[in-house]
Amino acid sequence: MRLTCPHCGERDLREFAARGSAVVLSRPSAGASAEEWADYLHIRDNPAGEARDLFYHTPCGLWIEVTRSTITHAVIAARPVREAKP
Amino acid sequence: MRYSGARVILEGLRGQRGWRPAWREPAPKSDYDIVIIGGGGHGLSTAYYLAREHGAKSVAVLERGWLGSGNIGRNTTIVRANYYLPGNSEFYSHSLKMWEGLERELNYNVMHSQRGLINLFHSDGQRDAFARRGNAMANQGDDAILLDRDGVRKHLPYLDFDNPRFPVYGGLLHPRGGTARHDAVAWGYARAADRRGVDLIQNCEVTGIDVQNGRVTGLQTTRGSIRAKKVGIVVAGRSSQVAAMAGLRLPIESHVLQAFVTEGLKPVINHVVSFGMGHFYISQSDKGGLVFGGDIDFYPSYAQRGNLPMAEHVMEAAMTLMPVIGQARVLRSWGGIMDMTPDGSPIIDKTGIDGLYIDCGWNYGGFKAVPASGFAFAHLIAQDRPHRIAERFRLDRFTTGRGLMDEEGTGAQHNLH
Repeated sequence: MRLTCPHCGERDLREFAARGSAVVLSRPSAGASAEEWADYLHIRDNPAGEARDLFYHTPCGLWIEVTRSTITHAVIAARPVREAKP
Repeated sequence: MRYSGARVILEGLRGQRGWRPAWREPAPKSDYDIVIIGGGGHGLSTAYYLAREHGAKSVAVLERGWLGSGNIGRNTTIVRANYYLPGNSEFYSHSLKMWEGLERELNYNVMHSQRGLINLFHSDGQRDAFARRGNAMANQGDDAILLDRDGVRKHLPYLDFDNPRFPVYGGLLHPRGGTARHDAVAWGYARAADRRGVDLIQNCEVTGIDVQNGRVTGLQTTRGSIRAKKVGIVVAGRSSQVAAMAGLRLPIESHVLQAFVTEGLKPVINHVVSFGMGHFYISQSDKGGLVFGGDIDFYPSYAQRGNLPMAEHVMEAAMTLMPVIGQARVLRSWGGIMDMTPDGSPIIDKTGIDGLYIDCGWNYGGFKAVPASGFAFAHLIAQDRPHRIAERFRLDRFTTGRGLMDEEGTGAQHNLH
């Protein structure tokens, strides 16, 4: 699996740190209930198929959201986290 | 047919013509009292203990592929009880005691070998932590011996003791730890469950879970509809998909964990050796291959294969710990799908739907848990209340925050274990 950094192009997987599901971008509001927070922190759809995950590109310091297949490891898209809509 | 040494000799004299299939291949009936989804180690042992301990007469195990085609055949076969936290400690202690009587119980050679497990440490702080863990193991009634550097050298003379980054300070020896033959555990439970009347149904994928008025009523499968009073889900890496059929969402991410085996060698490694600082552990199979592994790849995956960076990392750790391994050649590698929970500990609980139960979240520690997981899950399904050895494996601990069991102390969050 090679990932595409929007700044640096297609790079070796060793340059990236995996940082979990992109669901963490959808942070509940300050007044959210305890259940909403528990859901946000722990519960996952865990899709077998297309998934969105966060990676950190260590050399250039960019956080990216990668859309990829969890079955084939094919990378479908990658964009900077700041452009990703929660 | 009862297996024994005498039977082997007798069949040898008769030209091996008397052996029979180890289990039946029944067609699914339309109705069962209890259906277990998942014919792996945990599912088969659950079915066996439902029949053995609770007298269940009408039990089926549904397996999408063939029996034992998942993680029970894709692990590194280590059996140990060296946990620290209450909840995990009593559970794995119970499981190890069950392993020690398993071959007699099942009349099946699972090649359980208590060759001793050594966890290495490389600093004064780590020594203190392992001394504390050893005391916790002793308090639980299990065995632990703190070895100094020379003590480790007597057991493992082939290590690099003076690696500049990770010099070996000592190790925690768990003499009752060891390995077992992975496939044989599944086959042994399958045969023993079949002999007690459990229907083992292969090539039968569950496609739907029927729920009416908050109660499970049956299953839709690729081999027809099956009514069931109670259903147990025990499908490891596929837990999220199967639970979703009943509208449940779980605190689980599925990740790939890789393992490796070398060509067969003469005996060189007599223990299970764990090098935690390098995310590396190794043992030698009875066939001679060095079996070793490391950490998960850290991105969600259902691929049953990993990527090369983690393979490289594992090989580097191997060379750091024991340069002698550089002479061996890797024969093959594989990956299993780990059902990772936020705190790294498992779940055996009710689901909120009457008659539907779940056993999942074994992270990368499911193999050694096979006997006690089945034993406790069978108890939960049959009695509708948890067994005392597994009463802390609650599904709701991630919502309430009570009873989280973060054995590694890294934080009860996804992507940290």
